[in-house]
Amino acid sequence: MMDANRKSRIRKRLTDWALTGLLFLAMCIICLPGLWIVLNSLRPTVEIMAKPPVWIPRELSFDAYVAMFSGVGQGGIPVVQYFRNSMIIAVTSTIISLAIGMSGGYAFARYRFRFKGGWFLGLMLTRAVPGIALSLPLFFLYARVGLIDTHAGMILAYTALNIPFTIWLIDGFFRQVPKDLAEAAQIDGCTRWQAFWQVEFPLARPGIASAGIFAFLISWNEFALASQLTRSTDSKTLPVGLLDYTAEFTIDWRGMCALAVVMIIPALLLTYAVQKHLVSGLTSGAIKG
Amino acid sequence: MKAWRLPPHIVLLMPAVIVLAAVVLIPLVLSLYSSFTPFRLTRPDSIYQFIGFRNYERIFTDADFWIAFGRTVLLLTIALNLEMVLGLGLALLVERASRGQRLLRTILMFPMMFSPILVGFQFKFMFNDNVGLVNNALQSLGLTDQAIPWLIDGTLAFIAITIAEVWSSTSVFAIFILAGLMAMPREPIEAARVDGCTAWQTFKYVTWPFLMPFAFIAMTIRSLDVARAYDIIKIMTDGGPAGRTEVLWTLIARTAYSDARMGMANAMAYVAILLSIAFTALFFRQLGKARAQVAADW
Repeated sequence: MMDANRKSRIRKRLTDWALTGLLFLAMCIICLPGLWIVLNSLRPTVEIMAKPPVWIPRELSFDAYVAMFSGVGQGGIPVVQYFRNSMIIAVTSTIISLAIGMSGGYAFARYRFRFKGGWFLGLMLTRAVPGIALSLPLFFLYARVGLIDTHAGMILAYTALNIPFTIWLIDGFFRQVPKDLAEAAQIDGCTRWQAFWQVEFPLARPGIASAGIFAFLISWNEFALASQLTRSTDSKTLPVGLLDYTAEFTIDWRGMCALAVVMIIPALLLTYAVQKHLVSGLTSGAIKG
Repeated sequence: MKAWRLPPHIVLLMPAVIVLAAVVLIPLVLSLYSSFTPFRLTRPDSIYQFIGFRNYERIFTDADFWIAFGRTVLLLTIALNLEMVLGLGLALLVERASRGQRLLRTILMFPMMFSPILVGFQFKFMFNDNVGLVNNALQSLGLTDQAIPWLIDGTLAFIAITIAEVWSSTSVFAIFILAGLMAMPREPIEAARVDGCTAWQTFKYVTWPFLMPFAFIAMTIRSLDVARAYDIIKIMTDGGPAGRTEVLWTLIARTAYSDARMGMANAMAYVAILLSIAFTALFFRQLGKARAQVAADW
């Protein structure tokens, strides 16, 4: 009896260790590509290309970053402009799609109307049209109205890209806020508008934050549309800028890694800032729908 | 006389509908029209020449297109299933960890911050046969003394692309399933234990049915942006070597921009759009069913 107990306890501890080891390994695999990029942005090209490989870096420097910011002509790329374009386009389109998503999500959560399910599915399906399929006709349309290579054009496109998903998430959140609260506020003399801003909006804020981070990440990272609709430093975004480090048959890996780090940092900071809301924000609509 | 006003839900939905009509619907109508013409970028007036279904007829007999079509479905099936299984495993592992939950969750979300094009470059670098991390590691560990031609051999390139795709998107599944695990009530699991269920039975009959809606939400989101695969493949192999990793999106882009056959490309795009709409609608239906199931059981 004692023996069987001990045996099962040992076996339990062994599985525990094995599972913890597995978790550690999985986390390493997830992090590895990112760390590899950071490491290579700090190493001289000779070392990246070395055969046999150099595992322990001999010298680390910020040369790649210095070169990148030193401007066109001195081995740099217009990274400041790209960054500015990316920021303007991503932030503006996130704000607009949140506003539109809030009004749309509120309509789905609070009103009954005919063909509601159909409208909802229809809006969602517009997202199923992939960027590359959209970029061909959108290119013609934009060329006709003069939106090629402008911030406005990119903002409009990304707003449309983000609306379906924002509506979906925000709809789920407004559903969780009990209807009675807003009605009580209206009985107390608020208008519907006031009741929304003072009662329902604060309660749904975590969900709106998580919808915002998703919209931002999608706009910040999008490539297929941006590569067709932008031409010059007037509107090129960072993902398109990555291509500046490629030539016909060669790629400047070190420079590209440095730009990649510049690209990831804002996304990382923002995600970390709102990560608390992210998990709960994503799934609140899952069960109740 | 009372002024006539639109019902509020129409006013509220109006902005969304207007933007989507301008950026998605109008271009789609345009491309539908041009798919019935032999439109070429080099000859702008060819857009007025109507040829009926000839583009579509040509697609249906075009072996390259159907190979790419099959390969797209194959890639999606393999990638989505792998991501689902790995995501489930990761979520279960993270959930049972007693310390460092916050850190683990942040790491879990890490790949979601990477632009798909960045994922493409990153894995192109890592799978580079000469200086890549994978070959360097294999050679240093003495597992092979030759450089494995990852992106040069067709089958290996397909595997490399699948790995990149799985790395970048497993976290979507993991996050959703993790949130499902966290939202799950404890009592039914304990009840199942008391009734003498094994761990596997508890998982199969209690935990998994509860997690289903979460998994399907992740599926739906993923199927909404499957075209992310375009960015990754475009960078890693651009459909090569010799078309061995060509999927629908790379084929469409090549037809449209390199060959400048816009009409043809738009016809292809329509077939592809129908494919992804079918996938999305399917997952939406499953989601509804799984939700109803959970609502009935819990």
